[in-house]
Parts: sequence; C-alpha cells; structure tokens
Amino acid sequence: MSDAVRDGTGLPAGAGMAEWRDRIGRSAEYLAIPLFALIVSAALFSLFLLALGQSPGQFFQLLWVGGYGTSFSWQNTLVRSAPLIFTALCVAIPAQLGLVIIGGEGALVLGGLAAAVIALPLAGTAPPAIVLFLMLVAAVGVGAVWIGLVGLLRYGRGVNETIASLLMFYIAISILNFVVEGPLRDPASPNKPSTASIGEANMIGNVPGIDVHWGLPIGILLCVLLYLLMSRTTFGFAARVTGGNVRAAQGQGLPVGKLVVAATAIAGGCAGLAGFFEVAAIHGKANASLIAGYGFSGILVSFLARHNPLAIPPVAILFGGIAAAGGLVQRRMGLPDATMVVLQGLIFVVLLASETLYGRFRIFGGKR
Amino acid sequence: MSAAEAIAPAPAVNGCGRRTAVGVETVGMTKVFGSFTALEDVSITVRPGSFHALLGENGAGKSTLVKCILGFYEPTRGTIRVDGKDVEVKNPRDAQLLKLGMVYQHFTLVPSLTGAENLVIARADAPAIIDWRQETKRLEAFFDEMPFRVPLDKPVSSLSAGEKQKLEILKQLYLDQRFLILDEPTSVLTPQEADEILGLLRGMTERGELSVLMITHKFREVTAFTEEVSILRRGRMVGAGKVGQMSTDEMARLMIGDQEIRERAARQPFNARETKLELAALCAIDDEGLPALDRVNLKVAGGEIVGIAGVSGNGQSELIETLSGQRPLTDGRIVVRSQPFEPKRADMDRFKVFGLPEEPLKNATAPKMSVAENIALRSFDKPPIAGLGFWLKPSPLRKMARELIGRYRVKTTSPDAPIETVSGGNVQRAVLARELSGDVDVLIVANPCFGLDFASVSEIRSQIMDQRNRGAAVLLVSEDLDEILELADRVAVMSEGRIDYVAPIAETDRTTIGRHMAGH
Repeated sequence: MSDAVRDGTGLPAGAGMAEWRDRIGRSAEYLAIPLFALIVSAALFSLFLLALGQSPGQFFQLLWVGGYGTSFSWQNTLVRSAPLIFTALCVAIPAQLGLVIIGGEGALVLGGLAAAVIALPLAGTAPPAIVLFLMLVAAVGVGAVWIGLVGLLRYGRGVNETIASLLMFYIAISILNFVVEGPLRDPASPNKPSTASIGEANMIGNVPGIDVHWGLPIGILLCVLLYLLMSRTTFGFAARVTGGNVRAAQGQGLPVGKLVVAATAIAGGCAGLAGFFEVAAIHGKANASLIAGYGFSGILVSFLARHNPLAIPPVAILFGGIAAAGGLVQRRMGLPDATMVVLQGLIFVVLLASETLYGRFRIFGGKR
Repeated sequence: MSAAEAIAPAPAVNGCGRRTAVGVETVGMTKVFGSFTALEDVSITVRPGSFHALLGENGAGKSTLVKCILGFYEPTRGTIRVDGKDVEVKNPRDAQLLKLGMVYQHFTLVPSLTGAENLVIARADAPAIIDWRQETKRLEAFFDEMPFRVPLDKPVSSLSAGEKQKLEILKQLYLDQRFLILDEPTSVLTPQEADEILGLLRGMTERGELSVLMITHKFREVTAFTEEVSILRRGRMVGAGKVGQMSTDEMARLMIGDQEIRERAARQPFNARETKLELAALCAIDDEGLPALDRVNLKVAGGEIVGIAGVSGNGQSELIETLSGQRPLTDGRIVVRSQPFEPKRADMDRFKVFGLPEEPLKNATAPKMSVAENIALRSFDKPPIAGLGFWLKPSPLRKMARELIGRYRVKTTSPDAPIETVSGGNVQRAVLARELSGDVDVLIVANPCFGLDFASVSEIRSQIMDQRNRGAAVLLVSEDLDEILELADRVAVMSEGRIDYVAPIAETDRTTIGRHMAGH
C-alpha cells in the first residue's frame, strides 16, 4: 500500500511533494490496517456462524438493521456510544505515554457512584444546575483520583499499571456494592440494591431534536480537546516523548513522574464522566447497572482507533451499533447473548495481531 | 592422534588426525534485498591457516558477507568454496558441519551457567542426560591441547570480559570449528587482553590449526596481527592484499572512497579555566541493586575534554545515566559552576548542560516521533515554538527543524518521517543538531561514534572538539581508547565503579591506561 511511497530515500529535506506523499502514505497505513483487521475478523466470525449452522449474511444484515437501520436503532446505538467514547479516552490518553490502563470500568463505576452520592442530600433543595455541576465535579474527581492512583503506583513504586488498574476495578465494584447494599440503600428498591433516585429534576436530559443524551456531543467535544492537548500543547508533546522513549524523556529532564500521574488522572476523569452520564442521563441512581462492560469495550475502541482521540467517536459508534444490534440478533436468529462478545473478542485478537503489520511494507528494498 | 581427540565428542578430525585449518573462498558473492544490493560480486580468499582482516565501514556489507558464508542468508548469486570444493551452506548447521564458526561482538554465553556447562550445552549432540564427571574429564583433556584456558567451574557472569571472550573462542574450538569469523572481537577488552587474545589466535593460525577472518575497524589490530586484508565499500570488494604491502592510509582511502571528510577541528591550546562541572563522591546502584558507582570524584574545567576510559560495564553507563537524570544518585552531588545541579529540565536549561548519549536511537530519541519533533525535544517548551507557555506551534517547530536538518545535513525523506526510519549516522546528526546548535556550557558525551561510518565519526569528533575550543567543559565516556587518546586533554580511568587514575594525556600512555582499566 504505502511501501512505494515510504521508500523514497535520499530526497533533499524540504522537498514538498515527498513530504506530502510521506504523510499520506502513513495516514493510509493507519486507516488500511485496522480496516483490514475488521474485515478479517468479520470473515472469521462468519466461519464461526457457519459452524453454528447460521447464515453470516443474515447476521450482518441484522447487525446493520439493529445498529443503523432505523432512527430508533441509531438512537440506541448513539446512547451506547457515549460511554464508550469516555472509556476509550481512558485508555487512549495513558497509551500516549506507553501505559496500558484496562481498569476504566472501575473509574466509571466509582464516578457514577460519586455523582449519585453527592446528588442525594441536595436533591430537591439546590437548583438542578448546581446539583448537576457538583455531580460532574465529583464524578470526574473520583475517577481522576482512582486512575491517578494507578499512575502514582506505577511511577512511585514501579507497580505494573495494567494489573493495578484491573485489580482496582474489583475494589471499585466492592465499594459500589457496599454503598448500595449498606449505608445508602434505597428501601424502595428491594430487588435491585440501589441508591435512592437523584430526582427527575436533576437528570441531564436529551439533546434537543434527537433522543440522545448530552454525553454524546460532550464526548465528541472532549475527544477534540484531548486531541489538541496531546498534539498541540507542550504537555502533550512531553507526554508523547515519555511514551516514545522514557530514557530520552529523562535525558531531556522532563518530569516523567508528573506526566504519568497527570495523564492517568485525565484518563480517570474521562471514565468518571462516563459514570456521571450513566447516572445523570440514564439510570438516575447508582446500582449494579453501572457495571455494564463499557469500560472494557472502551479498551477495544481505543485500540481500534489506534489511541487517536479523533478516531474514537466513529469507532465508538461502530461498537455501539454492534451492542445495540445484539438484542435483535438474539431474537431473530436465536443466538445466545454471548455471540456479540465472541465478535468483539475476535476483533480484539485480530487487531492486536495486525499491530505487527505496521512498517512491514518497506521491509524489502529501501532502508537497511 | 592425541588422547583428547580420541575421546572428543565432536565428529571426526580429518584423515591424518591433526587439527587442521580450513580455507574458505567466496566467488562472485551477491546479495540483493528487494531493490537494495547489499553485496555485489565479492570474491575473497581466506587461505587455510591465515589471519585475514575484513575492513569496511558500517553498511559496507561485511556482516552480509559473513552471514552468507555462515548460512544465515542465502546469497542471490555466487558460491562458497571450503578447502577448494564448492559447497552449499543453506543454514547455520551446514556451516557448523563444515567447521565454520563465528564469535560475535557481544557475548552469547549463558551468564548463570559455568564455563563447562556452556561448552557442553553448545554441542549439537549434547545428550539428554549429561554425565558431568566424564564431560569434565573430556574438557580437561581438550584444554590441555589449547594455548589458553579459563576457569571452567565458575559461572560465566563472574568471569572478566577477556575471559568471556576467550571462552567464546574456546567454545568454537571445542565444537571443532576450524574457520573462525570474529566480529570486532576486541571492543569489550582492555588493550592488554585484546593483544593477548589476538596473539594467541595468531599463534594458532601460524601452526596451521585455524584460519581466522576478523571484522574490524582498528588499523592497529590489522597491522599488528593479521597477514591479509580485504576491504569492502558499498557492497563491493575494493581492495585486498598482504598487510605488509599496504599502508593504513591506503586502507583508509579504500574504505571510505572519495567521500569528502570534514577536516578535524584543530585542538586549540588549552588554557585552564574555571571548573565548570564537578562530580563529588557520586554513588549509585545498578539495576540489580548492586553498587555501580563508588564515590566518583572528577572535575572538568571549561575548555577541556576529560575522557573516561574503561572496560565496558565498570560503571560508565551508570555514570552517564546519573548525569542525565535516568538513574537516581544514592549519594554525592553534581556541581555546575559552583552551584548544585539536578538533572532536571530547568537546571539543564539554566546551566546549559547538553548531552550526546550512546546509541542515540535508544537513549536520546523517541523513535516513532518525527525527525522534526525529535530535533525540537530541547526547545519545544520555549518560544518561539511554545506560545503562552503551553501551546505548541507547528510552523516554528518545522521551520527550526528544517533549518537544522539542512545545517547538519540530516538525510531524511521529510521532517515528518519517524526518526527510526533514517540511518544511524543521520539519527546521530539530528541529535547533534539538537544538542550542539545552541550555546553549550557543559557537554556530556558517551560513545558518540559507536556504529557510525568514517565520515560521521570524523564530523562528530570535530564538533565535540569545537565545543571544547569554544570553552565548554566536555566529559567524554568512551570504550574506544583511541577516541579518548585523540580527543581528550585529560584521561580518567574507571574501574569497578571508581575513578582512581586521572592524568593529562601527554603524561600517560596506552599501557598505563590499560593497567588501570584492569583495576591495578
């Protein structure tokens, strides 16, 4: 694909054409390889369906109808995409520093819990705008501290951030369970332990004109802002140097520790925001529904987007669609719920394998 | 037939029962990678029992040639002859059966095993259950035949570099290899160790027990130990002959061709100025938590180059790391211009401390970031690139990068190409552009020329000399003693984490330095 483009050596610096070809070649590679991975996963999944005696054609048609076919399915898709955008950011930002954080789900759960907890005493007394604002601050703050702690452990004690964030997810669940089953349990919901409702007035509501809550546009805006932060600020530059080669960053005297903690805190804040919207726009209270796997699907979204914040929204919408179509596929084809998980898992494995393809296309000829 | 060979595990010796050298010829060897011809029509002849040097710059095709001989690569064209017979070497195992062996630049022994264990497991026919008593007896018998020996019962990790290198060679001989390729074998040794080992090999070749093809770039070793030389340039054979009949100047000219080489910056007379950099009792531990630096004291004045010599692994890399913020000090302090210095960005900027670390792609660049961004590592957070203190402006960044790319002749397809895609010399030039284009007060350099071609080496050394002449204090850590002898005003020798010997270059010599390198 891009081999011919990238091989031109010996051209003088500043040759405009070569530069552009170079850039386009690289972008094409970033687009083509994930796309290729998606196609391969679809093919493998078709084999899986055939082995089950099902028609791949019908499946992909249902996937289309259930995810994007009608305005209702679009709405369903977009509602599911919003939290994926935030949790994907929780992976993408630390990834720029070479950190693999997979515990965004924990920050989402605790962010949502914090939002509900802070809203409860205020519900009905303070104006909704203030309640919402405080909920937002609490969710972002708790999420930031939660994942920031992972960064601190990493930097201060050399604890592996992937394992730490995953294990802290289990602690987060325990905290949620403790709070909703114990001190803040709403006696009115005997079957599903929950906090009391934050009140209809304090819900954030939908974007006018579409039946999708504000999480989606805010998520997209946040992607743009964080893209700018990572690519157009000195902070982002220093973070990318740290991710590119920590020894070089240290050799330049960059504050590696602070950068790691700051980036993980930003990441946690994003996941906390996902929790905020789940509570303020959907559930209206904190309970086990917060543990819906968005944090884990977000990992997949971020990897497919190559940790580029601008690529996250479209990929999140793709995965939101897959999730949204799950019900339809289940009903029409009689496939179990886990089928969609199989598809996601296949995509992830193929995607990780496709990482090895980058730069392969210049192996013959050109540089030695 | 000697007793050792009678029980030697390796397959037969040749008919008359003596260990005999093997001769190797390549005929019209050509290797093409895609559109790139790494080796073109190279014919060399290494007679049985000769000590042959293979000279060439980086990328001249030396390693491609030996990889073809040893079966790591399949040559595109050309044949290999062993003892006059055409042979096919399809893989390294074929090479081993033909008694062709190689000693790599870096050790390939298993550090936690003893010498004996390393030798026995290297055998292709090592049995599943090893009778160590019997094997040890065999090894002893084998060693009686050898001109040199190493302790066999100690773990390899406790051996000195010279002993390890000897063990690598012994391993090849134990495997009954009769044609050895040595890839820059002396880079990890003290001068004395190097002379000893090359002398022993020379003795073995003279007795007709072994042929040696040695890749090297040290002319001293070529003239002192080898008999014949073949010179490669850009994949072609450009000269060959008897060592005595060729001057080193001639060899150098053949190696580098008509390339223009920047004239070395002349050393301006040294006039002692104030001490700019002072290391006061620096202590640090290595990755295993063992002491790596043991109260290192050193002063470097403005306008001088202080070279730190030493066998690699004696604390030099840890010293560089502590000075560049990659390793914490456990004790001691760094003083720049009489003020405490911390290797943080603010102090580096304030005191104008710059660094050229070894292997720049690994230590001084973010490989996947662009050439332009890597050049901006030092200046991205200052005007004109940074606006309002945090906003990164791409156009001044690119403008500065373009300017420096031109000035330092960094060859790249574009400023936006990832720096890992440009060649080693160009990575080093990009780092030079970043570190030396400003006002430099203290310069910390480590093995700046490692793995670079002649032209780059010359250019980098003269840039370092330029900085000295302009009054910068230069600390140069190098494993290449010749580099230190060429550049430094004073030499300090590092051994086991300590600096116990410092002398002006005019008052010392290779032997004295070598003795201190060995820790005496």
